[in-house]
Amino acid sequence: MLSQPFAIATSPDAVTHPPANFEYLTDRTFRALAMAAAALLIILVAYILWKIGGQAMPAIQKYHLNFLISSQYNVQELKFGILPGIWGTLYSSLLALLIGGFFGLSVAIFLTQGFLPPRLAFVFRLIIDMLAAIPSVVFGLWGIFVVIPAIRPAANLLNEYLGFIPFFGTSLSGPGLLPAAIVLAIMVLPTVAAISQDALNSVPYRTKEAAFGMGATLWEVILKVMVPTAAGGIFSAMVLGFGRALGETMALAMLIGNANQVSLSLFAPAETLAALLASHFPEAGPAEVEVLMYAALVLLAITLVVNVAGIGLLTLTQRQISGKA
Amino acid sequence: MTVVQPLKGEAPGKPASAKSGDLAINCNVSKIYYGSFLAVRDARVPINKGKITGFIGPSGCGKSTVLRSLNRMNDLIQGFRLEGDVHFLGQDIYAKNIDPVVVRRYIGMVFQQPNPFAMSIYDNVAFGLRLNKFRGSYDERVEHALRRAALWDEVKDKLKVSGLSLSGGQQQRLCIARAVATEPTVLLMDEPCSALDPIATRRVEELMLELKKDYTIALVTHNMQQATRVADITAFFGVDISKGGRTGYLVEMGDTEQIFQRPRKQLTQEYISGKFS
Amino acid sequence: MTDTASNVPPLLTHTWSEGRALRNGVLTIGAWAVALIAAVPLVSVLYMLIVHGGARLSLELLTELPPAGFEMGGGFGNAIIGTVVMVVIATIISVPIGVLAAAYLAELGPDSQLGRVSRFLAKVLTGFPSILAGVFVYAVIVLAMGGYSAIAGGVSLAILMLPTVVLTAEEAMKMVPRKMKDAALGIGCTRTQMIWKIVLPTALPGILTGVMLGVARVAGESAPLLFTALFSNYWLRSLSEPTASLSILIYNFSSMPFDNQIELAWAASLVLVLIVLIFNVLSRLFGRAKY
Repeated sequence: MLSQPFAIATSPDAVTHPPANFEYLTDRTFRALAMAAAALLIILVAYILWKIGGQAMPAIQKYHLNFLISSQYNVQELKFGILPGIWGTLYSSLLALLIGGFFGLSVAIFLTQGFLPPRLAFVFRLIIDMLAAIPSVVFGLWGIFVVIPAIRPAANLLNEYLGFIPFFGTSLSGPGLLPAAIVLAIMVLPTVAAISQDALNSVPYRTKEAAFGMGATLWEVILKVMVPTAAGGIFSAMVLGFGRALGETMALAMLIGNANQVSLSLFAPAETLAALLASHFPEAGPAEVEVLMYAALVLLAITLVVNVAGIGLLTLTQRQISGKA
Repeated sequence: MTVVQPLKGEAPGKPASAKSGDLAINCNVSKIYYGSFLAVRDARVPINKGKITGFIGPSGCGKSTVLRSLNRMNDLIQGFRLEGDVHFLGQDIYAKNIDPVVVRRYIGMVFQQPNPFAMSIYDNVAFGLRLNKFRGSYDERVEHALRRAALWDEVKDKLKVSGLSLSGGQQQRLCIARAVATEPTVLLMDEPCSALDPIATRRVEELMLELKKDYTIALVTHNMQQATRVADITAFFGVDISKGGRTGYLVEMGDTEQIFQRPRKQLTQEYISGKFS
Repeated sequence: MTDTASNVPPLLTHTWSEGRALRNGVLTIGAWAVALIAAVPLVSVLYMLIVHGGARLSLELLTELPPAGFEMGGGFGNAIIGTVVMVVIATIISVPIGVLAAAYLAELGPDSQLGRVSRFLAKVLTGFPSILAGVFVYAVIVLAMGGYSAIAGGVSLAILMLPTVVLTAEEAMKMVPRKMKDAALGIGCTRTQMIWKIVLPTALPGILTGVMLGVARVAGESAPLLFTALFSNYWLRSLSEPTASLSILIYNFSSMPFDNQIELAWAASLVLVLIVLIFNVLSRLFGRAKY
């Protein structure tokens, strides 16, 4: 960059002058570093995929796809299968989504459609945000000592009288699918609530006005106009909540029972991929470690697909709304 | 308003053979594009030293675009492309080897919306000095610039207060002080009074007449009367809709008195008599 | 329009007899019930923390080491130190990288290919399962170093903290008014000078908010630490050996059949939640912009 022409033309007494070489150097260096940092995010994701995949390779070669459909998990005999883990992950997350999604959406509606005066709404929003701040282990601890004892009587009652229905097939002795799903639902709720609130708040005011103007009751406006208009954002909230549930580890490790079985019963102990990793890893020998890496890869694949879909959907709906509005 | 004498050692950068009537900037724009949109054509606007050149015209005529091209501020806009050349201090600032950052060190700009930095009044004015690693007395320069901007008396006791706490008119004068503190060769002003009330506008106009003694000023204004009050030379831009788009172009340019009393083009005559705006 | 024969004006007052009004009322009651139910878990958790954890609060907790199986008493001073140390390591790693990346995303290349992909992946990473961060760091650092360490733990937390820092810092920088940045460029700043002299100082409160939020999130993490720092029953001696943390302590003790350990788990939970809540509150306070 020739800055000399200007320097020659102006007097040496002038206050301003072109940037010194050092300043040019800093400028270029900083911009390069910033670009590198942004690229680092991309490289990190790629590296994570590559590394976990690499670690899983030996196990993939030994156990192939049988790993995904087998229920056997025996370290001594080197027979491994994570079907219970996959099943448990999906079943518990789905259940958590049904409960947490319903409550999350309801809370979002409650907070955005004028049910509370602004001060109270602020306090309630704070309560929901605090829920999101509580660490997973603490929820696990609470689940063990509060949730399980609380639902045990009702669960065993259901098992006694309605035990023929597969969902109530077993009794609840301690950890099991339902307490884990309930706690998971509580952890999913703030995510769904936050994104749904954004979606509902971005419905243009004139849409709400039009609905009220036609003489609809509050709930008719909410259920027939607001929610359908915000449907895109609400759906992506659910997808992202589902993604969050899939990756949850500690509370599940403490509550799900770590039992290597596939069962429809809500009260039977079960397993999730993340809980499997957490509970087996500390004591795992080399043979088991490679298997756990394979399981980690499967978990990575599932969560990546769900999260990419969720973020992609969110970006799309946001663009749609800002394009329309 | 007190008259401020130049400081010793000041040199606004005139080459040895200085004559009034010399050009500070020779702007020879043939086309300006934003992407595929032709925003301006044929804008040959010489900016004379030591004078105030006013750009007037209806909205969309490209006067701001041309002004911002003089210090390469339009580089910030995606898809901007200029055909032609703009000569400043003997160089075409759009040549490949010219760094826009350097150009902006010698040409100052005051914007439509007052935009002081989120720092104290002192630091705002001293910003340019610090940027250029000025080695003289900062206090002296800051005071001098604030006096030049007719702001010193109002802020001399609160130099450490945030620049954002001032009123709109004061903020704009602070921005002027900030721009002149570094003694730029040319001062570009893009509708500097449009966000100000009439009293603040009056003060800034008086300021411009004072500043003319030491700086070359190019001013965009949507207010014709302001041009008659302040500009020595006026350039009138129009909008060409003949090809289906809206392209700005220079209609005519000359001494302010001539433009307003004896315009040579019909369009100029119509604009001045208020037939459109 | 009304027929003179049936000239009855419509009833405009409230009435419960109409199905719609009834449905409306029921749904509103339902919404309130749901909201109250949603508040119950938090109240219950806080209650347990205060009653069970609070009962055990004492200076001992800070000065003693974790008790073994049948021991009484004890504390978790080493766990607190471990958590703090690893969070500090995570902050030191994630904040510079995060702010640099945010500068690129907000100022230098917001619409570039690199910028858009990077921003998308940062959002995807916010939902990344924390245990996989642990697995990844295990594969990269623990295996290379030959053992568990606070450094590995800190790095895994940094990976989890990074997306939050990047995205909030980017938002904070975007909030700096366009006209202020124009003023800086107009006076002849290079892009870097504009960022350092104007954008960063003005966006600092917002950036700090992001950092506090990131810290609040990772302080409570436990899954990644299982794979990287594991645990230790002793005071911290070096950064390259297994390190205790509050979260792993809670996890370990929660499954023990001893009352003493369970009580300590509650006390540790209380301390951990307090730390997390304090940082959450701090982040809100910092978020107040000055202009």
